[in-house]
Amino acid sequence: MIGWLGSFWETLLGTLRDVLPIAAIIIGFQVFVIRKPVHHPKQLLIGFVYVLLGIALFLEGLEMALFPLGELMAKQLTASEFIQVDASLRTVPWQAYFWVYIFAGSIGFATTLAEPSLIAVAIKAQEISGGAIRALGLRLAVSVGVAFGISLGAYRIISGTDLYLYIISGYMIVIAQTAFAPKMIIGLAYDSGGVTTSTVTVPLVTALGLGLASTVPGRNPLLDGFGLIAFASLFPIISVLGYAQLADWRSRRASSKNKH
Amino acid sequence: MINNRFLKQLANSFLDLLPIVMVVLVFQIFIIRQPIPDVVNLVFGLLLVVVGLTLFVEGLEKSLFPIGESMAFAFARKGSLFWLLVFAYSLGFGTTVAEPALIAVADEAASIAANGGMIGNTETAKDSYALGLRLTVALSVGFAIVIGVIRIIKGWPLHYLIISGYCGVVIMTVFAPAEIVGIAYDSGGVTTSTITVPLVTALGVGLASAIKGRNPMLDGFGLIAFASLTPMIFVMAYGMII
Repeated sequence: MIGWLGSFWETLLGTLRDVLPIAAIIIGFQVFVIRKPVHHPKQLLIGFVYVLLGIALFLEGLEMALFPLGELMAKQLTASEFIQVDASLRTVPWQAYFWVYIFAGSIGFATTLAEPSLIAVAIKAQEISGGAIRALGLRLAVSVGVAFGISLGAYRIISGTDLYLYIISGYMIVIAQTAFAPKMIIGLAYDSGGVTTSTVTVPLVTALGLGLASTVPGRNPLLDGFGLIAFASLFPIISVLGYAQLADWRSRRASSKNKH
Repeated sequence: MINNRFLKQLANSFLDLLPIVMVVLVFQIFIIRQPIPDVVNLVFGLLLVVVGLTLFVEGLEKSLFPIGESMAFAFARKGSLFWLLVFAYSLGFGTTVAEPALIAVADEAASIAANGGMIGNTETAKDSYALGLRLTVALSVGFAIVIGVIRIIKGWPLHYLIISGYCGVVIMTVFAPAEIVGIAYDSGGVTTSTITVPLVTALGVGLASAIKGRNPMLDGFGLIAFASLTPMIFVMAYGMII
C-alpha cells in the first residue's frame, strides 16, 4: 500500500508539472490582460482539483492494470511461436497474422471509447448541437474509425507497403466526403481525428506497432513501427463524416417518403 | 459531496471501460490461452481508472469548460485581437512543448536520425535534435491555434484551409527524407493532451458563440484539427533542413 501511495504521488506530481504551464498562461492572462475577477473561483478551483486527481488516478490505474497486460499481449500475439510459421521463411503470408488484425481493431475500438479527451469533445458537441449529435453516437463512430485504422495500419506494417500511399488515399477520401457531408459536422469530424489518440490509445498502439515491426521478418522497428497513430487520427474523420452522411441520407429518405 | 449524479457518472465510467476489459479477457483466455498475471493489480487498477475518469468528467464541467468559455467571452468583449492571438499562441506552444507523448516521440526520432546518419551518433547531437523537434512541433501548434482563431473571427470555411493543409502534407511528403515521414505523420496525433483538448474546444466554441454571425457548431470546432495538421508539415520541413 505504501509503495502504491508513493507511485501515485509521483504520478500526481507529474500531472501537476504538465498542467503548470497551462495554469500559468491562464492565470497570467486573467490577471494582466483581462483584469476582471473570475466567476465562482471556488467552484473552478474544486473542478480543477477534480481534473488533476482524475487524470492522475486514471493514469495510475492504467499503468497498474492495462498497460503491462496490453503490452504483453501485443508481444505474445506477434511472437513467431504464436504465429506458427516456419522461422526459416523470409516472408510470412499476411493472413498468418489474422488474430493481430482482430486484436488491433478491438483494442483500438475499446481504448478510444474510454479516451477522456474524446469524451470531453463529445459532451461539448452534444451540448452545442442541442442534442442533435449524441455524445455516445459520436464516440462510437470515432471508435469504429480508429478500429479500422489500426487494423489497416497493422496490415501495412506486416505487408511492408509504403505509409504515404495509405495516408494520401485517406486524404482523398476525406476531401471527397467533405464535398458531400452536411456542413454542420465538418469541424467536429476534423477535430475528432486529433482527439482520438491520447492517454489510453497511444501507449498500447505504440507497443503493438513496435512488437509487429520487430517480429515480422524484414521490418525495421525504427522505420516501420511508426504510422499507427497517423492511421488512428485519419480514419475517424472518415467514419464521422460517413456517419453524418448516413444519418442525413436516412432522414432525407424518410422525409421524402412522408411527402408521398 | 457524493450524490446521485456522481454515482451515475461512476456507472457511466464503468461502462466506458467495460469494452477494454472484455477485449483483454477474451484475448487472454481464448486466443493466447495464458492465465491473467496479477489479478489483484488488474482489479484495483481498473477501479482507479473508473474513479479517475469520473472525477475528470465532473471537473471538466466545473472548471475546464467554463474557463475556456469565459476567457473567450472576455477577449471578445475586450475586442483586442492582439492579446487574443498572443493567448492562442501561448496556449498552443505552452501546452505542447512539455507534452510527455511528444517528448517520447522526439527521443525516438533522434535515434532514427542518428542511425540513418542524418546527425552524429552522440548524445549531444541526439539531444539537440530531439529538442529542436519538440520546439518545432510546439511552434507549429501555437501557429495552428492562431490560424484557427483568426478563421473563427473571419468566418472562413474550415474545409478550404484543411484541404490546403492536406495538399501541403502531400507536397512535403515528396520532398522530405523518407526516415522522417512516419514520425511526422505520428507527431500530428500526439500533440493534443487531455487537458488541452477541452480547453481549446471550449475556447473555439466560446469565441464562435461570442462573435456575432458565427455559429458555434459550424465555426467553433476545428482548432484541434489545425493542431494535428500543422505539426506534420513543420516536422517534415525540420527533417529537410537538418
